[in-house]
Amino acid sequence: MTATAEHAGRPAPQRGTLSPEPYRVTGRRIEGADVVTLALEPHHGRPPAFAHGQFNMLTAFGVGEVAISISSAPGAPGPIEHSVRDVGAVTHALCRTPIGATVGVRGPFGTHWDVDGIEEGADVVVVAGGIGLAPLRGAIRDLVDRRRAGGGRLFVLAGMRSPDQILFAEDLEEWRRSGAYVTVTVDVGAPGWHGPVGVVTTQLPDTPFDSTRCAALACGPEIMMRFAARALVDRGVDPRRIRVSLERNMQCGVGLCGHCQLGPLLLCRDGPVVPYGGIAERLFMEHQR
Amino acid sequence: MTETIHEILSAHRFLAVLPEGTIELAAACAPPETFEAGRLLLREGDVADTLHLIHRGRVSIEIHGPGHCRHIIDTVGPGHTVGLSWAAPPFRCQFDARALEPVAAVAVDSECLRARLGKNPAVGYALLERLVSVLIGRLQAARVRLLDLYGNDSDR
Amino acid sequence: MMEVGDVAVFEREGLELLIGTLRSMGYRTIGPVVRDGAIVHGEVSGAEDLPVGWHDHQEPGRYRMEQGEGPELFGWAVGPASWKSEFFTPEETVWRASITGEQVTLSEPDDTTGPVAIIGARPCEVSALAVLDRVLAEGAHPDDRYSARRDGAFVVAVECGAPASTCFCPSMGTGPSARAAFDLALTELIDDGHRFHVQVGSAAGAAVLAQVPHRATEESDRSARQEVLSGAEARMGRSLDTGDLPGLLARNLEHPRWEEVAERCLSCGNCTLVCPTCFCSDVTDVTDVTDVTDVTGTVERQRRWASCFDLDHSYMNGGPVRPTTASRYRQWLTHKLSTWWDQFDESGCVGCGRCITWCPVGIDLTEEAAAIRAADGAVGSGKRRVS
Repeated sequence: MTATAEHAGRPAPQRGTLSPEPYRVTGRRIEGADVVTLALEPHHGRPPAFAHGQFNMLTAFGVGEVAISISSAPGAPGPIEHSVRDVGAVTHALCRTPIGATVGVRGPFGTHWDVDGIEEGADVVVVAGGIGLAPLRGAIRDLVDRRRAGGGRLFVLAGMRSPDQILFAEDLEEWRRSGAYVTVTVDVGAPGWHGPVGVVTTQLPDTPFDSTRCAALACGPEIMMRFAARALVDRGVDPRRIRVSLERNMQCGVGLCGHCQLGPLLLCRDGPVVPYGGIAERLFMEHQR
Repeated sequence: MTETIHEILSAHRFLAVLPEGTIELAAACAPPETFEAGRLLLREGDVADTLHLIHRGRVSIEIHGPGHCRHIIDTVGPGHTVGLSWAAPPFRCQFDARALEPVAAVAVDSECLRARLGKNPAVGYALLERLVSVLIGRLQAARVRLLDLYGNDSDR
Repeated sequence: MMEVGDVAVFEREGLELLIGTLRSMGYRTIGPVVRDGAIVHGEVSGAEDLPVGWHDHQEPGRYRMEQGEGPELFGWAVGPASWKSEFFTPEETVWRASITGEQVTLSEPDDTTGPVAIIGARPCEVSALAVLDRVLAEGAHPDDRYSARRDGAFVVAVECGAPASTCFCPSMGTGPSARAAFDLALTELIDDGHRFHVQVGSAAGAAVLAQVPHRATEESDRSARQEVLSGAEARMGRSLDTGDLPGLLARNLEHPRWEEVAERCLSCGNCTLVCPTCFCSDVTDVTDVTDVTDVTGTVERQRRWASCFDLDHSYMNGGPVRPTTASRYRQWLTHKLSTWWDQFDESGCVGCGRCITWCPVGIDLTEEAAAIRAADGAVGSGKRRVS
């Protein structure tokens, strides 16, 4: 059965600010740990261009709308991907959306990881916690490609809950095969697991990156990003070269509703990707902000 | 009734097994302090330069995150210590410490303490041994808590 | 035909013609009217609908009106209602979708309210609309429905002659004279006679004024207007020291005053309701489907006024980021007077004083800011040195 969405009242493409574009679910993959990756294609035309770290507002019709990072590679042909973690009514509905169904998409919004801004010869350290690996996926793939030809090394430190809840395990393995330094640390081990157990930040002192010529990207629970950024700075990384992805309650995604404020920032507009030095560093320490 | 610093420290479990002279050393670096319920003794990110010897009231060790507000990791009561990060670089508090009820403590200034211990290595060694024993106890407890023994078996 | 910046004078009867002209052009003429003991906004078909002879008395947590014998139409300051509700409406359906199985049909309801002409917006309110425009209409993603209503509006500003004790527009640079974008700005002059000094603010304003008999201003008119304005400025009820105010608040996030004001604040959100620049809204999808796995029915996306004082405003990961009244009050005040600068390059406050009048416990943000300034750098708990 074909799914269509028509738009009456105003001529498309001049949509209202809060009106979503209809997209069809063309693929879904259960990642484990309550995470489902949806592949989406627009009913009409191609998805708009986006950059690593940006997000879309996804509408589960009949339930609501939520901000989800885009985890596929910009410019690649085919569908865009979003990895959704089932934590509430809207994400629950998205995770259950079958292939062929229609969801709404608005975006892309927000700031990006600025992979282009990292010079070729610099090492890049990526610290990801849990579902935080999803917004970094596209950037990591890009960095793997860029560093195939030489230049600085790529280090991916992923922290997961347990060995049976490792998200994107195939990607991690592929990146390791392509020459990136990849470690996966779990909070709690299990029989058969021989990898590191503990907090992912404890890997940093042993990771052989050149801190004097290095950029870092961190994404995950805020406490994890806070500790990871500090550990990176202790290792000698310039705080302004560390970027984190901040999160707050998001409703409109376009700087109109006021919910995503974090101090001087409107995260849908001035974030979610934000430099640590001078900005996130201070915001992390301001309680109840 | 006001106890002197000397009396408080003499009675405090942390220093009890230490050699003669430790009390005097600590007392020289240790003003008394009180905290109302809800006040912070330590704040994550601050310079770690104090060892608090609690002799009345309980303190929670916490970490804050948005939405969940505060995770209470541990509680510390009379006879125990708050503050470990003063003992090693980067000398920065890793957690918040908050008084759960009115707290009376002795605040041992760690820079002052380290300077005096430098001149009394035997006492210094004994103090660090004592500290390590506290650390081992807390680490082992933390590891066992990671097992989440009371969680549902279906979660494994 | 007059031009932007030109001034003139017309007699009181001219106001009738002004309103009539706007109505014949198809505008809904909305202005201040007295209802339920307050100045609210309602349909104004003639000058008699305006608050003739009324005065207001405002103090922290107190608002009273009384009617005198005089002919003045604008002898009051401001009421609880602000003009934001005409353009940034309290609630609005932004789209509807009908769902049948996998088919989704989306439509955007047309705005049927029609163009509005405001008869009597205070200079602080006109500034407030400009502040709201910068947030809702001039960003990278303007609110299309708000923009359409603002574009179609006609604004007749009325300068202030009778400020309330809670007013402080001179501190914020927003009054008592009209500054920001208006079509016409009036100053009511009552000495021997009853006339209006009028400034032309736009070509549309000039076109409407052309329909009203008017004459050139004389020295007596200009000085009478100046007297009204300087009298208003002198009688202004309070002031806000704005010297490095954004920086002051940004470096005092741990100030003990936040806990102190939290003991008085009810977190009721009245201040955000009456504030002419508060723009927070909830965006929710409302549905009549009962089983979303077999989706059949209609969905509406509604935008509705919200307040940062709502406990759930900052809800994330299982709880609010700002669970205490102190943190929510701090958010409101620092946003209004400090981080609004970071976000929108100007102050969010226009000095209208409504939040002071309509706070049930009379919290005065000028007093709160002054208290923090008086103890700049004070900290509540323990020592505070960040490495």
